[in-house]
Amino acid sequence: MTQPMGRRGWLKGALASAAGLVLAACDRINADPRATAVLQSAERLTRRAQRLVSDRNALAREFAPADISRDFRANGSIRPADPDYVAHTAAGFADWRLVIDGLVERPLSLTLEELRAQPARTQITRHDCVEGWSSIGKWTGARLGPLLDRAGLKPGARYLVFHCADSLGPVGDPNSKYYESIDLIDARHPQTILAYEMNDAPLPVPHGAPIRLRVERHLGYKHAKYVMRIEAVEDFAHLRGGRGGFWEDRGYEWYAGI
Amino acid sequence: MNTGRPSRTLVYRHGLLVRITHWLNVVAVTLLLMSGLQIFNAHPALYWGQKSTFAEPWINTTASERAGRPIGVTTIGGLSFETTGVLGYSGKAGAGEPRGFPAWATIPSHRDLASGRRWHLFFAWVLVINGLVYWLGGLAGGHIRRDLVPDRRDLSPRNIWHEIVTHAQLRFPKGEEARRYNVLQKGAYLGVALVLLPLMVATGLTMSPGINAAWPWMLDLFGGRQSARTLHFIAASLVVAFVIVHLAMVVASGLWNNIRSMITGRYAIEVEEAKP
Repeated sequence: MTQPMGRRGWLKGALASAAGLVLAACDRINADPRATAVLQSAERLTRRAQRLVSDRNALAREFAPADISRDFRANGSIRPADPDYVAHTAAGFADWRLVIDGLVERPLSLTLEELRAQPARTQITRHDCVEGWSSIGKWTGARLGPLLDRAGLKPGARYLVFHCADSLGPVGDPNSKYYESIDLIDARHPQTILAYEMNDAPLPVPHGAPIRLRVERHLGYKHAKYVMRIEAVEDFAHLRGGRGGFWEDRGYEWYAGI
Repeated sequence: MNTGRPSRTLVYRHGLLVRITHWLNVVAVTLLLMSGLQIFNAHPALYWGQKSTFAEPWINTTASERAGRPIGVTTIGGLSFETTGVLGYSGKAGAGEPRGFPAWATIPSHRDLASGRRWHLFFAWVLVINGLVYWLGGLAGGHIRRDLVPDRRDLSPRNIWHEIVTHAQLRFPKGEEARRYNVLQKGAYLGVALVLLPLMVATGLTMSPGINAAWPWMLDLFGGRQSARTLHFIAASLVVAFVIVHLAMVVASGLWNNIRSMITGRYAIEVEEAKP
Protein backbone atom coordinates (compact mmCIF):
# COMPACT_ATOMS: atom_id res chain seq x y z
CA MET A 1 0.00 0.00 0.00
CA THR A 2 1.35 3.41 -0.87
CA GLN A 3 0.54 6.36 1.30
CA PRO A 4 0.82 9.82 -0.26
CA MET A 5 1.42 11.33 3.19
CA GLY A 6 2.83 8.67 5.44
CA ARG A 7 3.91 9.14 9.02
CA ARG A 8 7.37 10.10 7.87
CA GLY A 9 6.07 12.66 5.39
CA TRP A 10 3.83 14.14 8.05
CA LEU A 11 6.68 14.35 10.51
CA LYS A 12 8.92 15.99 7.92
CA GLY A 13 6.24 18.52 7.07
CA ALA A 14 5.60 19.25 10.74
CA LEU A 15 9.30 19.72 11.42
CA ALA A 16 9.73 22.02 8.43
CA SER A 17 6.79 24.20 9.45
CA ALA A 18 7.95 24.25 13.07
CA ALA A 19 11.42 25.35 11.95
CA GLY A 20 9.87 28.01 9.71
CA LEU A 21 7.78 29.30 12.60
CA VAL A 22 10.82 29.43 14.92
CA LEU A 23 12.78 31.34 12.31
CA ALA A 24 9.97 33.80 11.60
CA ALA A 25 9.47 34.29 15.34
CA CYS A 26 13.18 34.94 15.84
CA ASP A 27 13.19 37.50 13.04
CA ARG A 28 10.23 39.29 14.64
CA ILE A 29 11.83 39.20 18.08
CA ASN A 30 15.06 40.43 16.53
CA ALA A 31 13.28 43.50 15.14
CA ASP A 32 11.68 44.36 18.49
CA PRO A 33 13.61 47.04 20.43
CA ARG A 34 12.44 45.64 23.80
CA ALA A 35 13.78 42.18 22.95
CA THR A 36 16.99 43.78 21.73
CA ALA A 37 17.33 45.52 25.10
CA VAL A 38 16.92 42.17 26.89
CA LEU A 39 19.55 40.51 24.70
CA GLN A 40 21.84 43.52 25.20
CA SER A 41 21.66 43.11 28.96
CA ALA A 42 24.17 40.27 28.61
CA GLU A 43 26.83 42.81 27.56
CA ARG A 44 26.91 44.35 31.03
CA LEU A 45 27.15 40.92 32.62
CA THR A 46 30.02 40.02 30.29
CA ARG A 47 31.89 43.25 31.02
CA ARG A 48 31.50 42.87 34.78
CA ALA A 49 32.43 39.19 34.72
CA GLN A 50 35.52 39.81 32.60
CA ARG A 51 36.62 42.73 34.75
CA LEU A 52 36.05 40.56 37.82
CA VAL A 53 38.29 37.72 36.66
CA SER A 54 40.86 39.94 34.99
CA ASP A 55 43.48 42.14 36.59
CA ARG A 56 42.99 45.64 35.22
CA ASN A 57 46.57 45.58 33.97
CA ALA A 58 46.52 42.00 32.67
CA LEU A 59 48.43 42.06 29.40
CA ALA A 60 47.24 40.75 26.08
CA ARG A 61 49.55 38.05 24.79
CA GLU A 62 52.61 39.31 22.93
CA PHE A 63 54.11 37.26 20.15
CA ALA A 64 57.52 36.68 18.56
CA PRO A 65 58.65 38.51 15.39
CA ALA A 66 58.29 35.21 13.48
CA ASP A 67 54.55 35.21 14.26
CA ILE A 68 53.86 38.52 12.46
CA SER A 69 51.25 38.14 9.69
CA ARG A 70 52.44 38.87 6.19
CA ASP A 71 48.81 39.16 5.10
CA PHE A 72 47.53 41.51 7.86
CA ARG A 73 44.09 42.44 6.64
CA ALA A 74 42.87 46.06 6.62
CA ASN A 75 39.16 46.49 7.25
CA GLY A 76 36.68 49.37 7.42
CA SER A 77 38.12 52.55 5.87
CA ILE A 78 41.28 51.74 3.95
CA ARG A 79 41.71 54.91 1.90
CA PRO A 80 39.61 57.76 3.34
CA ALA A 81 38.27 60.20 0.75
CA ASP A 82 37.47 62.93 3.30
CA PRO A 83 39.01 66.14 1.88
CA ASP A 84 40.78 67.18 5.11
CA TYR A 85 42.40 63.76 5.36
CA VAL A 86 43.39 63.71 1.70
CA ALA A 87 45.10 67.08 2.25
CA HIS A 88 47.00 65.70 5.24
CA THR A 89 48.28 62.70 3.29
CA ALA A 90 49.34 65.01 0.42
CA ALA A 91 51.33 67.12 2.93
CA GLY A 92 52.87 64.07 4.60
CA PHE A 93 50.96 64.93 7.79
CA ALA A 94 53.18 68.02 8.28
CA ASP A 95 50.25 70.16 9.47
CA TRP A 96 48.53 67.29 11.24
CA ARG A 97 47.87 67.75 14.96
CA LEU A 98 46.51 65.40 17.55
CA VAL A 99 44.15 67.32 19.82
CA ILE A 100 43.48 66.13 23.35
CA ASP A 101 40.71 68.19 24.95
CA GLY A 102 37.37 68.00 26.69
CA LEU A 103 37.50 67.46 30.44
CA VAL A 104 41.24 68.11 30.78
CA GLU A 105 43.18 70.78 32.70
CA ARG A 106 45.65 71.45 29.85
CA PRO A 107 44.36 70.75 26.34
CA LEU A 108 47.11 69.47 24.05
CA SER A 109 47.81 69.87 20.37
CA LEU A 110 50.67 67.62 19.30
CA THR A 111 52.55 67.25 16.06
CA LEU A 112 53.57 63.80 14.90
CA GLU A 113 57.15 64.60 15.95
CA GLU A 114 56.02 65.58 19.44
CA LEU A 115 53.97 62.40 19.70
CA ARG A 116 57.00 60.35 18.68
CA ALA A 117 58.97 61.96 21.50
CA GLN A 118 56.48 60.72 24.12
CA PRO A 119 57.02 57.65 26.30
CA ALA A 120 56.50 54.81 23.85
CA ARG A 121 55.89 51.11 23.82
CA THR A 122 56.43 48.41 21.18
CA GLN A 123 54.33 45.25 21.17
CA ILE A 124 53.60 42.35 18.85
CA THR A 125 49.94 41.57 19.37
CA ARG A 126 47.01 39.83 17.75
CA HIS A 127 44.27 41.87 16.11
CA ASP A 128 40.88 40.15 16.24
CA CYS A 129 38.19 41.33 13.86
CA VAL A 130 34.61 40.98 15.04
CA GLU A 131 34.09 38.98 11.83
CA GLY A 132 36.20 36.19 13.28
CA TRP A 133 39.66 36.44 11.74
CA SER A 134 42.94 37.34 13.46
CA SER A 135 46.20 38.89 12.25
CA ILE A 136 49.39 39.54 14.18
CA GLY A 137 51.31 42.81 13.87
CA LYS A 138 54.05 44.81 15.56
CA TRP A 139 53.02 48.19 16.87
CA THR A 140 54.99 51.11 18.23
CA GLY A 141 53.26 54.12 19.69
CA ALA A 142 52.91 56.68 22.43
CA ARG A 143 51.44 55.30 25.64
CA LEU A 144 48.09 56.89 26.28
CA GLY A 145 48.42 56.93 30.09
CA PRO A 146 51.34 59.41 30.29
CA LEU A 147 49.63 61.63 27.69
CA LEU A 148 46.54 61.79 29.88
CA ASP A 149 48.72 62.69 32.86
CA ARG A 150 50.24 65.51 30.83
CA ALA A 151 46.83 66.82 29.85
CA GLY A 152 45.50 66.31 33.38
CA LEU A 153 42.07 64.70 33.44
CA LYS A 154 39.43 66.64 35.33
CA PRO A 155 37.59 64.73 38.08
CA GLY A 156 34.43 64.29 36.00
CA ALA A 157 36.19 62.58 33.08
CA ARG A 158 35.14 58.94 32.74
CA TYR A 159 35.56 58.10 29.07
CA LEU A 160 37.76 59.05 26.14
CA VAL A 161 36.11 59.63 22.77
CA PHE A 162 38.28 59.15 19.68
CA HIS A 163 37.21 61.35 16.78
CA CYS A 164 38.53 60.06 13.48
CA ALA A 165 39.25 61.58 10.07
CA ASP A 166 37.53 58.87 8.03
CA SER A 167 33.94 58.39 6.95
CA LEU A 168 32.44 54.93 6.64
CA GLY A 169 29.61 55.87 4.33
CA PRO A 170 28.90 59.04 2.38
CA VAL A 171 31.67 61.62 2.84
CA GLY A 172 30.18 64.81 4.27
CA ASP A 173 27.42 63.08 6.22
CA PRO A 174 28.29 63.73 9.89
CA ASN A 175 26.87 60.31 10.80
CA SER A 176 29.46 58.65 8.58
CA LYS A 177 32.43 59.87 10.63
CA TYR A 178 34.12 57.09 12.54
CA TYR A 179 34.41 57.44 16.29
CA GLU A 180 35.03 55.22 19.26
CA SER A 181 35.20 55.44 23.02
CA ILE A 182 36.91 53.59 25.86
CA ASP A 183 36.84 53.91 29.64
CA LEU A 184 39.76 54.95 31.82
CA ILE A 185 40.64 51.36 32.81
CA ASP A 186 41.44 50.62 29.17
CA ALA A 187 42.90 54.10 28.58
CA ARG A 188 45.49 53.62 31.33
CA HIS A 189 46.27 49.99 30.43
CA PRO A 190 50.03 49.64 29.77
CA GLN A 191 49.44 48.26 26.25
CA THR A 192 47.09 51.05 25.21
CA ILE A 193 49.06 53.14 22.73
CA LEU A 194 48.58 55.56 19.88
CA ALA A 195 50.48 53.56 17.28
CA TYR A 196 52.44 55.50 14.65
CA GLU A 197 54.46 52.47 13.46
CA MET A 198 53.37 49.10 12.19
CA ASN A 199 55.94 46.35 11.58
CA ASP A 200 58.83 48.87 12.01
CA ALA A 201 57.53 51.24 9.31
CA PRO A 202 55.35 54.36 9.53
CA LEU A 203 51.73 53.29 9.94
CA PRO A 204 50.36 52.83 6.40
CA VAL A 205 47.16 54.56 5.28
CA PRO A 206 45.01 51.38 5.15
CA HIS A 207 45.84 50.77 8.82
CA GLY A 208 45.07 54.29 10.01
CA ALA A 209 47.95 56.70 9.23
CA PRO A 210 49.25 58.67 10.93
CA ILE A 211 48.02 57.09 14.19
CA ARG A 212 45.62 54.43 15.31
CA LEU A 213 44.53 53.41 18.76
CA ARG A 214 45.72 50.03 20.00
CA VAL A 215 43.47 48.94 22.83
CA GLU A 216 44.48 45.31 23.17
CA ARG A 217 41.93 43.05 24.93
CA HIS A 218 39.24 44.40 22.57
CA LEU A 219 37.99 43.47 19.11
CA GLY A 220 39.26 45.33 16.07
CA TYR A 221 36.57 47.97 15.72
CA LYS A 222 37.61 49.54 19.06
CA HIS A 223 41.09 50.22 17.58
CA ALA A 224 40.11 53.53 15.98
CA LYS A 225 42.16 54.49 12.92
CA TYR A 226 42.96 58.01 11.60
CA VAL A 227 42.56 59.49 15.11
CA MET A 228 42.41 63.31 15.04
CA ARG A 229 41.07 64.23 18.43
CA ILE A 230 40.74 62.62 21.83
CA GLU A 231 37.99 64.14 23.93
CA ALA A 232 37.64 63.37 27.63
CA VAL A 233 33.96 63.20 28.55
CA GLU A 234 31.78 62.32 31.49
CA ASP A 235 29.28 60.46 29.35
CA PHE A 236 28.75 59.73 25.66
CA ALA A 237 24.96 59.42 25.72
CA HIS A 238 24.59 62.85 24.08
CA LEU A 239 26.98 61.99 21.28
CA ARG A 240 25.70 60.78 17.87
CA GLY A 241 23.75 57.53 18.34
CA GLY A 242 24.50 57.62 22.05
CA ARG A 243 26.17 54.19 22.20
CA GLY A 244 29.76 55.38 22.12
CA GLY A 245 30.96 54.41 18.68
CA PHE A 246 30.25 54.11 14.97
CA TRP A 247 29.65 50.35 15.12
CA GLU A 248 28.08 50.54 18.57
CA ASP A 249 25.44 52.86 17.11
CA ARG A 250 24.82 50.09 14.56
CA GLY A 251 24.19 47.40 17.16
CA TYR A 252 27.65 46.18 18.14
CA GLU A 253 28.75 45.92 21.77
CA TRP A 254 30.50 48.86 23.41
CA TYR A 255 32.39 46.35 25.55
CA ALA A 256 34.22 44.46 22.82
CA GLY A 257 36.32 42.18 25.02
CA ILE A 258 34.37 39.20 23.66
CA MET B 1 3.04 -15.97 40.97
CA ASN B 2 3.43 -14.29 37.59
CA THR B 3 0.68 -14.34 35.07
CA GLY B 4 3.14 -13.55 32.33
CA ARG B 5 0.84 -10.84 31.02
CA PRO B 6 2.68 -7.51 30.74
CA SER B 7 0.92 -4.34 31.78
CA ARG B 8 1.94 -0.72 31.48
CA THR B 9 2.81 1.27 34.52
CA LEU B 10 4.07 4.82 34.91
CA VAL B 11 7.33 5.25 36.75
CA TYR B 12 8.91 8.53 37.82
CA ARG B 13 11.93 8.76 35.60
CA HIS B 14 13.13 12.38 35.32
CA GLY B 15 13.42 14.73 38.27
CA LEU B 16 12.42 18.38 38.05
CA LEU B 17 16.04 19.60 37.76
CA VAL B 18 16.70 17.40 34.74
CA ARG B 19 13.46 18.36 33.02
CA ILE B 20 13.87 22.11 33.48
CA THR B 21 17.55 22.21 32.53
CA HIS B 22 16.88 19.90 29.57
CA TRP B 23 14.31 22.20 27.98
CA LEU B 24 16.28 25.35 28.74
CA ASN B 25 19.20 23.65 27.03
CA VAL B 26 17.03 22.84 24.00
CA VAL B 27 16.23 26.53 23.64
CA ALA B 28 19.75 27.77 24.35
CA VAL B 29 21.58 25.25 22.17
CA THR B 30 19.21 25.81 19.23
CA LEU B 31 19.54 29.59 19.37
CA LEU B 32 23.29 29.39 19.97
CA LEU B 33 23.73 27.11 16.98
CA MET B 34 21.72 29.31 14.62
CA SER B 35 23.20 32.60 15.83
CA GLY B 36 26.61 30.92 15.71
CA LEU B 37 26.13 30.15 12.03
CA GLN B 38 25.23 33.82 11.52
CA ILE B 39 28.55 34.77 13.16
CA PHE B 40 30.42 32.15 11.09
CA ASN B 41 28.91 33.68 7.96
CA ALA B 42 30.73 36.98 8.66
CA HIS B 43 33.97 35.16 7.79
CA PRO B 44 33.13 31.71 6.47
CA ALA B 45 36.60 30.22 6.76
CA LEU B 46 38.47 28.35 9.50
CA TYR B 47 42.16 28.17 10.35
CA TRP B 48 44.54 26.45 12.77
CA GLY B 49 46.91 28.35 15.04
CA GLN B 50 47.03 31.84 16.51
CA LYS B 51 46.22 33.81 13.37
CA SER B 52 44.33 33.57 10.09
CA THR B 53 46.29 32.41 7.06
CA PHE B 54 43.88 33.92 4.57
CA ALA B 55 45.22 32.12 1.51
CA GLU B 56 45.08 28.74 3.24
CA PRO B 57 41.99 28.15 5.34
CA TRP B 58 41.49 24.45 6.07
CA ILE B 59 37.81 24.89 5.33
CA ASN B 60 35.89 27.71 3.68
CA THR B 61 32.82 28.48 1.63
CA THR B 62 32.84 30.92 -1.27
CA ALA B 63 30.60 32.04 -4.07
CA SER B 64 31.90 31.47 -7.57
CA GLU B 65 30.57 31.36 -11.10
CA ARG B 66 30.11 28.60 -13.63
CA ALA B 67 28.76 29.19 -17.13
CA GLY B 68 27.52 32.62 -16.07
CA ARG B 69 25.56 31.25 -13.11
CA PRO B 70 26.51 31.81 -9.48
CA ILE B 71 27.46 28.69 -7.56
CA GLY B 72 28.47 27.94 -4.00
CA VAL B 73 31.77 26.17 -3.41
CA THR B 74 32.96 24.53 -0.20
CA THR B 75 36.64 23.69 0.14
CA ILE B 76 37.91 21.27 2.77
CA GLY B 77 41.62 20.57 3.01
CA GLY B 78 42.19 21.58 -0.61
CA LEU B 79 39.27 19.56 -2.01
CA SER B 80 36.42 21.58 -3.52
CA PHE B 81 32.76 20.62 -3.70
CA GLU B 82 29.87 22.43 -5.29
CA THR B 83 27.36 23.18 -2.56
CA THR B 84 25.07 25.69 -4.31
CA GLY B 85 21.86 26.32 -2.38
CA VAL B 86 23.31 25.25 0.95
CA LEU B 87 26.88 26.48 1.46
CA GLY B 88 28.58 29.41 -0.27
CA TYR B 89 25.63 30.60 -2.33
CA SER B 90 21.96 30.27 -1.45
CA GLY B 91 18.58 31.99 -1.46
CA LYS B 92 15.27 32.01 -3.28
CA ALA B 93 15.36 31.86 -7.07
CA GLY B 94 16.48 35.21 -8.43
CA ALA B 95 17.37 36.45 -4.92
CA GLY B 96 20.38 34.28 -4.20
CA GLU B 97 23.38 35.72 -2.40
CA PRO B 98 26.86 34.68 -1.38
CA ARG B 99 26.63 33.42 2.21
CA GLY B 100 28.21 30.62 4.23
CA PHE B 101 25.16 28.94 5.73
CA PRO B 102 21.70 29.54 4.21
CA ALA B 103 19.02 31.86 5.62
CA TRP B 104 16.97 29.03 7.15
CA ALA B 105 19.91 28.05 9.36
CA THR B 106 20.76 31.46 10.85
CA ILE B 107 19.37 33.94 13.37
CA PRO B 108 18.36 36.39 12.15
CA SER B 109 17.66 34.92 8.73
CA HIS B 110 19.12 37.97 6.94
CA ARG B 111 22.79 38.83 7.21
CA ASP B 112 23.32 40.74 10.46
CA LEU B 113 26.43 40.03 12.51
CA ALA B 114 25.58 42.49 15.29
CA SER B 115 22.24 40.78 15.95
CA GLY B 116 23.80 37.32 15.68
CA ARG B 117 26.34 38.26 18.35
CA ARG B 118 23.62 39.69 20.58
CA TRP B 119 21.65 36.42 20.50
CA HIS B 120 24.77 34.34 20.85
CA LEU B 121 26.31 36.17 23.80
CA PHE B 122 22.98 36.30 25.66
CA PHE B 123 22.18 32.61 25.25
CA ALA B 124 25.78 31.70 26.03
CA TRP B 125 25.05 33.02 29.53
CA VAL B 126 21.80 31.02 29.62
CA LEU B 127 23.76 27.89 28.67
CA VAL B 128 26.46 28.51 31.27
CA ILE B 129 24.09 29.32 34.15
CA ASN B 130 21.81 26.43 33.19
CA GLY B 131 24.82 24.12 33.04
CA LEU B 132 26.06 25.24 36.47
CA VAL B 133 22.59 24.67 37.97
CA TYR B 134 22.49 21.21 36.37
CA TRP B 135 25.95 20.25 37.61
CA LEU B 136 25.59 21.63 41.13
CA GLY B 137 22.07 20.26 41.50
CA GLY B 138 22.99 16.98 39.85
CA LEU B 139 26.01 16.45 42.08
CA ALA B 140 24.24 17.52 45.29
CA GLY B 141 21.02 15.63 44.53
CA GLY B 142 22.74 12.47 43.37
CA HIS B 143 21.43 12.50 39.77
CA ILE B 144 24.91 12.36 38.28
CA ARG B 145 26.11 9.53 40.52
CA ARG B 146 22.85 7.58 40.57
CA ASP B 147 21.71 7.89 36.96
CA LEU B 148 24.73 8.77 34.83
CA VAL B 149 27.97 7.35 36.18
CA PRO B 150 28.25 3.84 34.71
CA ASP B 151 28.63 1.02 37.23
CA ARG B 152 30.73 -2.11 36.92
CA ARG B 153 27.95 -4.04 35.21
CA ASP B 154 27.46 -1.23 32.64
CA LEU B 155 31.12 -1.25 31.73
CA SER B 156 31.59 -4.95 31.06
CA PRO B 157 32.58 -5.40 27.40
CA ARG B 158 29.81 -7.96 27.07
CA ASN B 159 27.17 -5.48 28.20
CA ILE B 160 28.52 -2.68 26.01
CA TRP B 161 28.52 -4.99 22.97
CA HIS B 162 25.01 -6.16 23.82
CA GLU B 163 23.75 -2.57 23.99
CA ILE B 164 25.39 -1.65 20.70
CA VAL B 165 23.82 -4.63 18.94
CA THR B 166 20.33 -4.12 20.37
CA HIS B 167 20.47 -0.35 19.65
CA ALA B 168 21.47 -1.06 16.06
CA GLN B 169 18.46 -3.35 15.82
CA LEU B 170 16.34 -0.60 17.37
CA ARG B 171 15.38 -2.97 20.20
CA PHE B 172 15.31 -1.06 23.45
CA PRO B 173 15.31 -2.25 27.06
CA LYS B 174 11.88 -3.13 28.40
CA GLY B 175 10.43 -3.64 31.85
CA GLU B 176 12.68 -3.08 34.84
CA GLU B 177 15.66 -2.44 32.58
CA ALA B 178 13.88 0.61 31.14
CA ARG B 179 13.82 2.29 34.55
CA ARG B 180 17.46 3.25 34.20
CA TYR B 181 19.72 4.58 31.46
CA ASN B 182 21.69 1.96 29.58
CA VAL B 183 25.43 2.35 29.19
CA LEU B 184 25.21 4.04 25.77
CA GLN B 185 22.80 6.63 27.14
CA LYS B 186 25.00 7.22 30.16
CA GLY B 187 28.05 7.65 27.94
CA ALA B 188 26.28 9.96 25.51
CA TYR B 189 24.67 12.18 28.17
CA LEU B 190 27.82 12.38 30.28
CA GLY B 191 29.87 13.05 27.16
CA VAL B 192 27.64 15.96 26.15
CA ALA B 193 27.24 17.41 29.64
CA LEU B 194 30.78 16.80 30.85
CA VAL B 195 32.87 17.19 27.70
CA LEU B 196 31.10 18.65 24.68
CA LEU B 197 29.12 21.58 26.13
CA PRO B 198 31.97 22.66 28.48
CA LEU B 199 34.26 22.45 25.43
CA MET B 200 31.87 24.74 23.54
CA VAL B 201 32.05 27.28 26.37
CA ALA B 202 35.83 26.98 26.79
CA THR B 203 36.63 27.32 23.08
CA GLY B 204 34.15 30.21 22.86
CA LEU B 205 35.85 32.00 25.74
CA THR B 206 39.25 31.41 24.11
CA MET B 207 38.08 33.59 21.22
CA SER B 208 37.54 36.48 23.65
CA PRO B 209 40.49 38.89 23.67
CA GLY B 210 39.49 39.96 27.20
CA ILE B 211 39.60 36.39 28.50
CA ASN B 212 42.86 35.80 26.61
CA ALA B 213 44.49 38.49 28.76
CA ALA B 214 42.93 37.14 31.97
CA TRP B 215 43.64 33.44 31.32
CA PRO B 216 46.36 33.19 28.65
CA TRP B 217 46.76 29.44 29.38
CA MET B 218 43.53 28.84 27.47
CA LEU B 219 45.29 29.95 24.27
CA ASP B 220 47.98 27.33 24.92
CA LEU B 221 45.41 24.67 25.77
CA PHE B 222 43.65 25.02 22.41
CA GLY B 223 46.64 26.05 20.31
CA GLY B 224 45.65 29.66 19.60
CA ARG B 225 42.58 31.74 18.92
CA GLN B 226 42.00 30.50 15.39
CA SER B 227 42.38 26.89 16.53
CA ALA B 228 39.84 27.61 19.25
CA ARG B 229 37.45 28.95 16.59
CA THR B 230 37.94 25.77 14.56
CA LEU B 231 37.43 23.54 17.63
CA HIS B 232 34.33 25.58 18.53
CA PHE B 233 32.94 24.75 15.09
CA ILE B 234 33.87 21.05 15.30
CA ALA B 235 32.40 20.72 18.80
CA ALA B 236 29.21 22.41 17.56
CA SER B 237 29.06 19.87 14.71
CA LEU B 238 29.35 17.07 17.28
CA VAL B 239 26.52 18.62 19.29
CA VAL B 240 24.41 18.59 16.11
CA ALA B 241 25.38 14.94 15.51
CA PHE B 242 24.36 14.09 19.09
CA VAL B 243 21.02 15.86 18.68
CA ILE B 244 20.27 13.99 15.45
CA VAL B 245 21.00 10.58 17.01
CA HIS B 246 19.20 11.58 20.23
CA LEU B 247 16.06 12.60 18.33
CA ALA B 248 16.19 9.43 16.20
CA MET B 249 16.41 7.31 19.37
CA VAL B 250 13.58 9.29 20.98
CA VAL B 251 11.36 8.59 17.97
CA ALA B 252 12.42 4.94 17.66
CA SER B 253 11.97 4.12 21.35
CA GLY B 254 8.56 5.75 21.75
CA LEU B 255 8.11 9.41 20.85
CA TRP B 256 5.18 10.34 23.13
CA ASN B 257 6.37 8.28 26.05
CA ASN B 258 9.76 9.97 25.91
CA ILE B 259 8.36 13.46 25.46
CA ARG B 260 5.88 12.99 28.30
CA SER B 261 8.61 11.71 30.57
CA MET B 262 10.74 14.80 29.90
CA ILE B 263 7.74 17.06 30.61
CA THR B 264 5.92 15.37 33.52
CA GLY B 265 8.68 13.03 34.59
CA ARG B 266 6.43 9.95 34.17
CA TYR B 267 7.64 7.21 31.86
CA ALA B 268 5.57 4.16 30.93
CA ILE B 269 7.24 0.79 31.24
CA GLU B 270 5.87 -2.68 30.76
CA VAL B 271 6.03 -4.85 33.83
CA GLU B 272 5.20 -8.47 34.50
CA GLU B 273 2.14 -8.28 36.66
CA ALA B 274 2.59 -10.08 39.93
CA LYS B 275 -0.50 -11.55 41.64
CA PRO B 276 -0.72 -12.66 45.19
